[in-house]
Amino acid sequence: MSRLSEANLRIAHDILSRYPKKKSATIPLLHLAQEQDGYVTDDAMEHIAELVEVTPAEVLGTCSFYEMFKRAPVGDYRINICHGIACHLLGADDLIHHAEETLGVRQGTVTDDGKISIEGVECIAACTEAPCLQVNYRYMNNVSNEGFDVLVKGLRDGTVSVPKHGTLALTRQQIPEDKAAGNAWVEPDDAPAWWPEPEGDA
Amino acid sequence: MSIDATESDAEGVEVAEPEPEPEPGVPFTVNGVEYRAEPGRNLIDACEDVGAYIPRFCYHPRMKPVGMCRMCLVEVDTGRGMGLQPSCMLTVSEGMVVDTESEVTKKAQDGVLELLLINHPLDCPVCDKGGECPLQDQTMSYGPGESRFVEEKRHYEKPIPISDTVYLDRERCILCDRCTRFAKEVAGDPLIHFMDRGNQTQVNTFPDDPFSSYFSGNTVQICPVGALTAKPYRFKARPWDLNEIETTYPNPMGDRVTIQSSRNEVLRYLGVDSDAVNWSWLADRDRFSFEATMHDERLTTPLVRGDGLGNASADGDELVATSWSAALARVVEALEDANNNAGPSSVAVIGGARLTNEAQYAWARLAKGVIGTDNVDAQLADGLPGDVVASLPRTTIADACAPGGTVVLLSGDPKEELGTLYLRLRHACVEDGVKLIELTPNETGLTRYASQSIRVRPGDIGAVAAAITGAEGANLDKAIGAVTVKELEALAAAVSGSDRITVIAGRTSMADHAALTVEAINAFAALDNTAFLPGLRRGNINGAIDMGLSPELLPGRTSLGAAGAWYREHWGQVPGQAGLDTTGILGAAATGRIAVLFLLGADPLTDFPDPELARQALDRADVVIAIDPFINASAAAAADVVLPAAAFGEVDGSHTNLEGRISPIRQKVTPPGTARPDWMIAAELAMRLGKDMGFVSVEEIADEIAAVSPLHAEADAAAIDAAPDGLVMPLTEDPSRPTRFAWSDLGAPDEPASYDSYSYRLVVDRTMYDMGTQTAHCQSIDQLAADGVVRINSHEASRLGIGGGARVRLSSKRASVECNVSVDDRIARGTAAVAHNHPGLDVRSLIEMGDPVTDVRIETV
Repeated sequence: MSRLSEANLRIAHDILSRYPKKKSATIPLLHLAQEQDGYVTDDAMEHIAELVEVTPAEVLGTCSFYEMFKRAPVGDYRINICHGIACHLLGADDLIHHAEETLGVRQGTVTDDGKISIEGVECIAACTEAPCLQVNYRYMNNVSNEGFDVLVKGLRDGTVSVPKHGTLALTRQQIPEDKAAGNAWVEPDDAPAWWPEPEGDA
Repeated sequence: MSIDATESDAEGVEVAEPEPEPEPGVPFTVNGVEYRAEPGRNLIDACEDVGAYIPRFCYHPRMKPVGMCRMCLVEVDTGRGMGLQPSCMLTVSEGMVVDTESEVTKKAQDGVLELLLINHPLDCPVCDKGGECPLQDQTMSYGPGESRFVEEKRHYEKPIPISDTVYLDRERCILCDRCTRFAKEVAGDPLIHFMDRGNQTQVNTFPDDPFSSYFSGNTVQICPVGALTAKPYRFKARPWDLNEIETTYPNPMGDRVTIQSSRNEVLRYLGVDSDAVNWSWLADRDRFSFEATMHDERLTTPLVRGDGLGNASADGDELVATSWSAALARVVEALEDANNNAGPSSVAVIGGARLTNEAQYAWARLAKGVIGTDNVDAQLADGLPGDVVASLPRTTIADACAPGGTVVLLSGDPKEELGTLYLRLRHACVEDGVKLIELTPNETGLTRYASQSIRVRPGDIGAVAAAITGAEGANLDKAIGAVTVKELEALAAAVSGSDRITVIAGRTSMADHAALTVEAINAFAALDNTAFLPGLRRGNINGAIDMGLSPELLPGRTSLGAAGAWYREHWGQVPGQAGLDTTGILGAAATGRIAVLFLLGADPLTDFPDPELARQALDRADVVIAIDPFINASAAAAADVVLPAAAFGEVDGSHTNLEGRISPIRQKVTPPGTARPDWMIAAELAMRLGKDMGFVSVEEIADEIAAVSPLHAEADAAAIDAAPDGLVMPLTEDPSRPTRFAWSDLGAPDEPASYDSYSYRLVVDRTMYDMGTQTAHCQSIDQLAADGVVRINSHEASRLGIGGGARVRLSSKRASVECNVSVDDRIARGTAAVAHNHPGLDVRSLIEMGDPVTDVRIETV
């Protein structure tokens, strides 16, 4: 459980500066929090609530809408195994069963070393490559049981290179100051014309 | 109401109208009949106005429509053919055709109910809402008899507490968004929210961050199912066993409420949608205060200090039960002794804000017309002088909150002290563009809605108000305390640019002198577009002042000087000269000049700013008589006679709110034991003193008030009874009666002491939940008074090198106390704030009452 680190707080202020209303930064900041801890902690949500000036309940309301924000620890590598129709016909159930057996975890839980968690997901739109799966949303196609074992071994010893869960990008977006939307603390008089009057409770 | 049926105008045809005015509104058709409605009126309301009720769950007239529940689907033709549309999201337009009873509409409503009931547990037999449940009622009226849903329903832990008083059963919830909208739109405390939107959508709080809103109880009242229940009412009664009566809650706002009771036991209060006052909302402290009325510790019998056999013995340590006749005989004996020994001015009355108008009048007449003392004060030096309040030009809440107005806050935090006034002001700022200017020492609950929120250090308010109102001799070219020249200029521009200013005038702190606030009020009163709402915080304090429970005042906002002769004619006598206020009374008592001291619901030991003076006064006064529903600290320590008084809900009468609005108070249950209404005690004492006041009922008192008061000419018992929304005083001026009190110059207060950079200016403010007698007797909220701390700004904390929880010593020139620190950035720099009457900390000993302000040093220990 942790709030945003010093370094991430600096990034957070940079993110906040991109939006005319602080509240707009809620989702980017949730991504940042997920990148920091691998999932979104309660403390991070409270920290974000302070930063965007809403209540923690409102941050949680937003966060909990999105399946891709995890609010409990997940593995460094989240393996989403598709069990849509095409994958199902080509052995997805068997693959999930194999994964559970070899990793010793059930769907939705994490291996003891915290490295890997598996989940069955609905169609991930790669039916031509069935059965398929994602590792932290990176596609692996035509996965056999043996292929799965190789994948897991590779993830564990680092030969398969996938960024840890939550990593947003290997290079961070930099917006030069003159291209940014302006900082979130603009006086109401300087606000752009399309910006509605502050509600007061925003 | 903006709608007239065209049919009902048929009579008007025969009357020849010289200039037929176009009928207001636009024509629209409901179920084949044409009506007219104001364009833009919400269709669901417009249909209800003409008698076509459309079922609904999420729509609430005091909140914005959201179209969540789909229950109000009706067939509407706006020119493109009939189609189903949610009527709460449509506004009336010309030629609109609505069918609320068609087969298509009925099928849609039937289907929506079947959907809403899919996950509803139908545990009506054990649900508190059963019998008054919109879901139950509308399923009976509009719903299917059977469900086709055979699958497993959603399951959640039931119920979970989401605050100290409110429980949430998520299985019963139909996701109408009323409670969450209330929290965000009305209360401004969005601590509950929809979570896990999707299949598992649920209302919830953030983990370990409860819905600790001062207004959380309102969500229980507006919940259309049994999902939200209030702890004090859970499993207490079934709605069909309840009797109810509509009345006025005795807080300064005069909130309209319904008292519901069963078998002589009050079980809950519900807010009534009064357009003028509370819009159906209530603060939790008031909503759950019936627990105090029903408390076991209510006094049921008179008590005297003595041996309990009617033999008064001043040496008796114990208060023992006695009869009314023995207790009253003791009081009369004391009054006669006092009158014979030192004259009527050796009698004093403190308190009376708890009483109804009629009881206040009876006590004012007893004190001033029967006993003949003017030493009467309903305030305990924590408000504003009664003569100032009586002479303030008033406005109404509706006018103050009307679009285009400006509100200046010169009082304590309305969110902490005045509950529903905060909700009205917040709505005015957020929705109606009312400009709020805060001139308060610290931030308040309204700060984030204020257009200008300026931290004025205690002591500077008079000078700031003078400067920004352009008073003679004041100028803007010099900073005043912490207020910069730039801020002063902006404030002056805002004030001079306002068409209509309402000043909420009260006290921001117990630790500074009332004269400073009066100076600021004077400055604003000099503007001709300014009216006032007194921001005093005691129950019916506005009624007490109007009824003359204040030195020099007589009933009807008039004074001894202006109306002495008039009242002498009606009452037989009035005091010859102005008497003492509470500070003066306690000072006189402490030096042995007060023989009989009545405490009319007052507790000077707890509430008076100088507890030492209060203690000496209570010790030295020969006979102290407390009249109260409970034994408070002062009564326990010093009362010689305690008379049990009937409380709210047990008496008839009327109430005056901060606008001067008189609304009826109704009796619902009988008082416990032999407790009597306050007016009856006054009447009986007068009779025993041989000067019968001549009234035997509340109605007779109300009629007498209407007959003698310059203010209340039209507010007789029948008029009050006929006006549930209240009568705003004064209705008319009767030229045959004395003029009302005109405000004279009260003289300039002392210059505040200069401020040095090592000192913190002390602010002693109030919170919603403290150890006040009533709150302390409500089991559901009595634990909500937080431990007393000194609150300082984070900059000051780091300057002192301390953090939250640190132990410090606060020292003034008079005394010092130790306490813990809480870091709170709503407190201005250079200021130390302490809430009054919280457990474990009493800073009143630091206050030197005559001084303009109190400065303290903070040292770590």
